[in-house]
Amino acid sequence: MADIYDLLVVGGGPGGLAAGIYGSRSRLKTAVIEKARPGGQAATTEELANYPGFFDGSTGPGLMEKFRAHAEFFGTEILRGNIVEMDLSGAVKKLVAKDGTEYLAHAVVLAPGAEPRSLNIPGERRLRGKGVSYCATCDADFFEDLDVVVVGNGDAAIEEAEYLTKFAENVTIIVIHEEGVLDCNKASAERAFKNPKLHFVWNSVLEEIVGDELVELVRVRNIRTNEITELETNGVFFFVGTVPRTDFLKGHVALNEQGYIITNEMMETDVPGVYAVGDARVKYLRQVVTAAADGAVAAVAAEKYLAEMEAFREQVLEADKPVLLLFWAPQVEESISAIGALEAAVADNENVQIAKMDTYRNRKIAGRYQVKACPTLLLFRNGEEVGRLEGVFTTEQVSELLK
Amino acid sequence: MIAVDKENFEAEVLQAEGLVFVDFWSPKCEPCMALLPEVEAFAEKNAGRAKFCKLDAAANKRLSIAQKVMGLPAFVFYKNGEKVFTFDKESIDMPAVQAKLDELA
Ligand SMILES: Cc1cc2nc3c(=O)[nH]c(=O)nc-3n(C[C@H](O)[C@H](O)[C@H](O)COP(=O)(O)OP(=O)(O)OC[C@H]3O[C@@H](n4cnc5c(N)ncnc54)[C@H](O)[C@@H]3O)c2cc1C
Repeated sequence: MADIYDLLVVGGGPGGLAAGIYGSRSRLKTAVIEKARPGGQAATTEELANYPGFFDGSTGPGLMEKFRAHAEFFGTEILRGNIVEMDLSGAVKKLVAKDGTEYLAHAVVLAPGAEPRSLNIPGERRLRGKGVSYCATCDADFFEDLDVVVVGNGDAAIEEAEYLTKFAENVTIIVIHEEGVLDCNKASAERAFKNPKLHFVWNSVLEEIVGDELVELVRVRNIRTNEITELETNGVFFFVGTVPRTDFLKGHVALNEQGYIITNEMMETDVPGVYAVGDARVKYLRQVVTAAADGAVAAVAAEKYLAEMEAFREQVLEADKPVLLLFWAPQVEESISAIGALEAAVADNENVQIAKMDTYRNRKIAGRYQVKACPTLLLFRNGEEVGRLEGVFTTEQVSELLK
Repeated sequence: MIAVDKENFEAEVLQAEGLVFVDFWSPKCEPCMALLPEVEAFAEKNAGRAKFCKLDAAANKRLSIAQKVMGLPAFVFYKNGEKVFTFDKESIDMPAVQAKLDELA
């Protein structure tokens, strides 16, 4: 049988690698499964200048190489695999790669990130790789001394357009807003307006990309006048946002309408022991720094979950005697006195063991057994619940339960 | 795999008889670098069934553009010097590439 990991991370972008760093550093047996090369989207941009501490001369691929080395330094295994199937429901989670390899883990972090959105403009699909591109670092070289069009005007679009001016002769940005309005940050906008190789077409959208074997021209529509203009160009770069890569998760974890994974502040999904981080989850800001932060939170939350599960397994499920498990909480007075009643009931009874769990710190297990009152006493035999007392109880009631 | 460039592309690919596979890549293209080990394993496994070449497209831009490749990575199959099939970044999937080779070889 395959090894069981403590923590398996799906996706080796900044979110997944940060989870790997935190997981392996706290001595969890951790692996990151990545279908391509570690680094994710962040490794596809040269222009990465807002990760704290990295600004002069650092690049996306450079920073991601450091993330990878850092994770491996603490013992994270980086495995090559494309996860397509899974069973997350049990205590041991199973992930299945496209080539059939199965991976097992007690906890899973989903970090599949996002991919460029396509607009499905006529010609876009057909001319992909023939002038239509979604990755400036991949393809900029081809456009040395040529003309390109950029679609989009957010941070990524303006920064990538600027990068393209190092290669292309003219870079024309098609902007849907009125003159002077860009969605990107102010510093990038100011720099862009000063760049003599950058040109803007305002109030406009791309209608069509035309070309026989390579891109030859684009048709641009002015949304105010509906007038269509043709613009000769050799390439079209799209930076119009991203879509989450979560198709393979449908039916396994809760997603919102747009396909983003729903989590709480601890990065927990709706499945116990399964976490989600980075661009693929519902969140406000999708950046390297927030992906990395998510990874840290998820790994720490997973570590707590694993400790809780392990204690429960050892003390309750795998005990060789019947176990009386008390859910209590130091802040609930009645539950503290319940400890006394419980201990008195089993004082001379060597055939039963006692275990105690703080209801609020062990919410997973409390939830699994639908513990609603505090205190609640559960009786387990051979790992199965066979009886319970809800709310305050007496020593006699415990003796009765044991019969 | 044979490294091809503007000097030998004509002889190794366009004048070659039979099936030729060309991996258009560049050292700056992260997805290309990620694929490299798989491409090499693919070439090794199918040795003798086709000629396997790789072209650094960044260093041989004009040649790539003349071959209508302006996006990386790209895998192109040539048969008797004629381009017969292209996989682009989106469509590259090693099992599909293998199936294509089986069909063409
Ligand atoms: C052009 C561009 C420029 C950007 N510039 C900046 C910037 O300057 N600053 C900044 O902070 N952010 C920037 N970003 C955003 C930043 O890259 C992302 O927010 C960040 O990479 C998200 O990290 P992630 O770990 O969530 O996912 P990703 O980086 O998307 O990584 C996900 C990884 O998971 C892998 N994967 C997916 N599904 C599977 C599967 N089923 N099995 C195995 N592996 C799988 C993918 O191959 C990928 O490597 C930019 C993004 C783009 C596209």
